Amino acid sequence: MAVSYEMYQEQILDHYKHPRNKGSLPSATKNARDTNPLCGDEVVLHLKIDGSDRIADVRFEGQGCAISQASASMLTTIVKGMSLGDATALDRDAILKKLGIPLSAVRLKCALLSLHVLKVALGPKPDVSK
Amino acid sequence: MARKDRMAKPAKMLLNVPAIQADFPILKRTVRDKRLVYLDSAATSQKPKQVIEATSDYYSRYNANVHRAIYELGEESTREYEGAREKVADFIHAKAASEIAFTKSTTESINVIAYGYGLKGKIQKGDEILGTVMEHHSNHVPWHFVKDHKGAVLKYVDVADDGTLKMEQYDDLLTRHTKIVTVTLCSNVLGTINPVKEIAKRAHEVGALCVVDAAQAAPHMPVDVQSLDADFLAFSGHKMLGPTGIGVLYGKAELLEETEPLLGGGEMIREVHLGWAKWNDVPYKFEGGTPNIAGAIGLGVAVDYLTKLGMDAVRAHEMEVTQYALEKFDRLKGVTTYGPKDVKRRAGVVSFTIEGAHPHDIASILDVEGICIRSGHHCAQPLMERFDLPATARASFYIYNDLDDVDALIAGIKRVQEVFA
Ligand SMILES: Cc1ncc(COP(=O)(O)O)c(C=O)c1O
Repeated sequence: MAVSYEMYQEQILDHYKHPRNKGSLPSATKNARDTNPLCGDEVVLHLKIDGSDRIADVRFEGQGCAISQASASMLTTIVKGMSLGDATALDRDAILKKLGIPLSAVRLKCALLSLHVLKVALGPKPDVSK
Repeated sequence: MARKDRMAKPAKMLLNVPAIQADFPILKRTVRDKRLVYLDSAATSQKPKQVIEATSDYYSRYNANVHRAIYELGEESTREYEGAREKVADFIHAKAASEIAFTKSTTESINVIAYGYGLKGKIQKGDEILGTVMEHHSNHVPWHFVKDHKGAVLKYVDVADDGTLKMEQYDDLLTRHTKIVTVTLCSNVLGTINPVKEIAKRAHEVGALCVVDAAQAAPHMPVDVQSLDADFLAFSGHKMLGPTGIGVLYGKAELLEETEPLLGGGEMIREVHLGWAKWNDVPYKFEGGTPNIAGAIGLGVAVDYLTKLGMDAVRAHEMEVTQYALEKFDRLKGVTTYGPKDVKRRAGVVSFTIEGAHPHDIASILDVEGICIRSGHHCAQPLMERFDLPATARASFYIYNDLDDVDALIAGIKRVQEVFA
């Protein structure tokens, strides 16, 4: 595949077509949702935090482009089992490294949507509308 | 006999596309070593060198403010600026140049109407404003203001599955309470060309005004405000070969008189005193502040360019390209197009979706091939909701596009399908 198709390498397409941890989580203790108004990408995160401040379980729901949905799927695999402290400290580099693809400024927003939703969920005032 | 048959066919008024392409400097560039295939003219068109040169000519030869300078440069700039107004008036068959106000865009023009005629003017609590579900956000949101500040009631004509307006519903919604009907002449998502002449006629029968968004129509087909009997009409220079930051507000003379200005300041006044002012005449009262002089002059040259090609020929060319594209699209499996199938009822805007591939990914992959298309909701969220679509991909054609561009698009779509197979 040509270099410029790097954005759509196997890994990304795999997470897009076979998303991990996708669905609802009735036992969730923290939820957040956000959209990327530019593309209409949507990511909802459901987190179940256990007594020892660990992310015991996580699910995501959403729709959108391959980059936004693959990154959400990857994010769930990263944070599952993580301590709240570590999850709060996650930065964009962790996600971008995992994605491992060159992204334009516009598509960066797609890639980082799920991380943003995680921050909202773990932040002081999580959006519980969804 | 055969020969006679051929001759009996109406001559096709096609454009000389290679000659046109040669006028557009940007079409000579490549994108990542690929030929630039620009299919996003519904968002903004490319500019011919004539327009680019006219704006730089203004700055390099006779830059001066309009209407005020006594010296020669100012006379020249005023003459060119007012000349552009006359060209625009002729282009849409306005009765007089004074029915044309320059704004910065369609968006500003519609805001002037909603604010100056609606919000500060004639609209009272309970009056109804009738829009349609297929409007661009710029023909939705200004009317929301009128609802919020004046208690106007907003109603909307729905779109049928084939992308046309439900005209029976229009008749039902149109009542003596309706004061304004506002509709796009051509949809920027579906390409649908709406029967605005008929819509305006019926609006007038109940005493309502008809506001027309011609942003997607003025660049692509003949527009005649008198034949449409439009009361107000808006469009943007940048979608019709002109510069950005210049737009047009057309209004019937007596209605412009009744419309309050949106911007107060210089240029729009006759006299100013402490605490009060008298406004300038129409259309200058709508042009508060130093206008976009270079933009207006550039738009005038864009109008010259289009007029020279002939808007009938422009329309015929786009119908041919669109017909060809729709036929090619039809043969693709897993690809859906939206809007009327009959090119007589639509313009060269083709929205589509591909099974299994999000429109943004489609646009990204086409970009790799040097093909520029749009993806998203196209500033028409209510319409996207109506069709239950989060987004579509959209290709749009103009005078510099040919069948090769369509072929490149179709090949690109096949590439997308391979990636997401
Ligand atoms: C139908 C329609 N109306 C209005 C607009 C707004 O034009 P502008 O952004 O130039 O104000 C557009 C531009 O996308 C359009 O397609």
